[in-house]
Amino acid sequence: MKFRLDRDTLADAVAWTARSLPNRPTVPVLAGLRLDASEGEVSFSSFDYEVSGKVTVDAEVADPGTVLVSGKLLADIARSLPGKPVEFSADSSKVVITCGNARFTLVTLPVEEYPNLPALPAASGTVDGTVFAEAVTQVAVAAGRDDMLPTLTGIRIEIEGEMVTLGATDRYRLAVRELTWNPGRPDISALALVPARTLVDAAKTLAPAGEITLALGGEADDSLIGLAAGGRHTTSRLIDGEWVPNYRRLFPAETATVAKIEIDALIDSVKRVALVAERNTPVRLAFDDNQVVLEAGSGEDAQASEALQAHVDGPAIATGFNPTYLLDGLQALGTPFVHMSFTDTPLKPVVVEGIDSLEAQPTSGYRYLAMPIRLSS
Amino acid sequence: MAGVNSPPGRENGARIRATASVLHLDVDAFFAAVEQRDKPSLRGRPVIVGGLGPRGVVSTASYEARPFGVRSAMPMSEARARCPNAAFLGGRFGAYRAVSGIVMDRLRALSPLVEPLSLDEAFVDLDVDAGHDLSVDGVRQLGERLREAIHDATGITASVGAATSKTLAKIASEEAKPDGLVVVEPGTELDILHPLPIRVLPGVGPATAARLARLGVKTVGDLALIAEPDLVDLLGDAHGRSLHQLARAHDPRPVSSERASKSISVEDTFDHDVTDRALLSALVTRMSEKVTDRMVSAGHSGRTITLKVRLHDFTTLSRSATLPGPTDDSRAVTRLALRLLDEIDATNGVRLLGVGVSGLSDWVQDDLFAAATDTREPAPPDPELDRQLDAAVHTDQRWVPGMDVVHTQHGAGWVWGSGRGRVTVRFETADTPPGPVRTFAVDDADLAPSPP
Repeated sequence: MKFRLDRDTLADAVAWTARSLPNRPTVPVLAGLRLDASEGEVSFSSFDYEVSGKVTVDAEVADPGTVLVSGKLLADIARSLPGKPVEFSADSSKVVITCGNARFTLVTLPVEEYPNLPALPAASGTVDGTVFAEAVTQVAVAAGRDDMLPTLTGIRIEIEGEMVTLGATDRYRLAVRELTWNPGRPDISALALVPARTLVDAAKTLAPAGEITLALGGEADDSLIGLAAGGRHTTSRLIDGEWVPNYRRLFPAETATVAKIEIDALIDSVKRVALVAERNTPVRLAFDDNQVVLEAGSGEDAQASEALQAHVDGPAIATGFNPTYLLDGLQALGTPFVHMSFTDTPLKPVVVEGIDSLEAQPTSGYRYLAMPIRLSS
Repeated sequence: MAGVNSPPGRENGARIRATASVLHLDVDAFFAAVEQRDKPSLRGRPVIVGGLGPRGVVSTASYEARPFGVRSAMPMSEARARCPNAAFLGGRFGAYRAVSGIVMDRLRALSPLVEPLSLDEAFVDLDVDAGHDLSVDGVRQLGERLREAIHDATGITASVGAATSKTLAKIASEEAKPDGLVVVEPGTELDILHPLPIRVLPGVGPATAARLARLGVKTVGDLALIAEPDLVDLLGDAHGRSLHQLARAHDPRPVSSERASKSISVEDTFDHDVTDRALLSALVTRMSEKVTDRMVSAGHSGRTITLKVRLHDFTTLSRSATLPGPTDDSRAVTRLALRLLDEIDATNGVRLLGVGVSGLSDWVQDDLFAAATDTREPAPPDPELDRQLDAAVHTDQRWVPGMDVVHTQHGAGWVWGSGRGRVTVRFETADTPPGPVRTFAVDDADLAPSPP
């Protein structure tokens, strides 16, 4: 095998495929990165039985072939090479990398022991990369991190025709985002539960290429999702099991009080007041007439309070939140104002949505549901 | 809403007192005394209360049993060997709690600052704007009136010590036992303290005593002669310093009415090792429910769940898991406790299980799913299930010696003993003379446990 390619192209391709390499692989070959040189192009791929990644780039291929080398080492080398063309030449036992006056010799790993990458499921449709990445990031804040509850560590993707609904929850808050996409078939209907970390990473790194192709619910293998853009494609295993059944019922049916507040001011205020809230003890918010008063701490501990202008419609209401949960929602909105809907009791979940102006109705398609705290009797 | 797990308690700031205003009260042989009060035939006889199963230990031995060498925390089998003629009783905690409530009420009538140490023991700070005469005679009279009032109200005796500090007050009540009163005159603390063995000091157990013995230290007076740096070298910084202070009768610890509880737990030692995983799960579930109940009735919520497991070979494992926010929902506690149980290899048998909650708070992070299903109330307690679980891990406990029973014809009495399908009852109460003994079949329809 022998080929030559541009240094930056190599560094990008290797960095992207190497990011999902396992730190402690169950079998040594899984620490490898596979290089396939064929007519005019080279592909780099990685796979740990959960997530696969593959990048195909143009290259001057003198001699096609396949080789497996240590992915971490190759990524370190590629990142450090000078800005000159890079030449790879390999025989059965070693790979020689030459770039300018630098020369590396790497031992190869037994490529015949390397598992085949799963085939990318048949494409289901395409979505704008920026919109998709934003949506995934918005819902991921609510995903669980407890590996003992695997279904809650996922982002649920529901597709009905042109509508994609993303959802995540750690049982204390729940985030839902709706967006439109270009389905391959107008009557498509699919459901998948994807590990949140993997989906966030894939969406972020693929978004700059523009359109992202989503592939899921294929007949060949319905335990996979595939995402592809700009010569890169990645697959991920789906999470087995049921997510939250009928999650829409969690949103309260009735609203008694609505509060609208400028987001940046509220975020700053929550952060300030939360300085005295050790270990995520609650920040209390009391809404009435045209203000919200934030408080944290009590008794003999440090205390803080701050009043903020707010547009409040409906009866006064006071409730408390884990400040992290509140901030996660506010920071995910991405709009100038927040629209908070309360029921008539401070014990029911609160719906947090973004609005562009105080007069506007929430339409952004993003809803964040937060469970308040309760004083124990 | 104090976010931390230490609700502010009333306390009188750390200081050196000029008067014997710290009072320590300790009921004499508490459980045994309540039994002798309610069971006239046992008065003047050795009575031992504790776990009666094969792995039980002694809770309390009456004064009549103590000359035989029976002590608290001794294995019940050893107590039976030392004092075979004693009455061995299983304990009636409802009765003990009722007496304790009366005692504590009496103490709270003296001062708002009462620090209970257990059901039968408490410190009282007399120097809290209540206008007590704090002269030695004044405290002595107050102590005697208190002892008399407690005896009148409960029929059992208590001993009282009073001094300028907690350590001395406790030593004084120990000296006063049984049924006595000792007030340490301010200024004479060292005369009392120095001749005593070092084990009287709080924090001196067998290990520390053995170390100190190597330096030739046997009495508190010997200890007071050791330089602080030498004690710190021997026992570590905190322990060395505090003993150095205590040996000089310097103990500024205030009486604190609310000891912030840091954790709440329940545990049970089984009569035989349990290997059945389904049974272990059921036991953990029941303990989780019980510990949540206790936590909630104390007004707390908790965040960290700890499972304690003692295996057949006495290896003791402790595993914890922490929720993102505090809960008071037994389902959440159970879920975590069961998950911790899953990680434990119990194939060779489990001797003891315990479930504890810590990270106590006064607020709760509720769960969206629970709020939506609106089933805050967990399954109601099922006495039949409880009975089955008990029967699975404890030998027959239907008629525990000492328990109160009632017979449709013979009236109220207590279980004297049972076995071979028979149960023997002595029909007497606190208000009757010693009564007759009768034997029934264990399933006699006329005989029933009497409610506490």
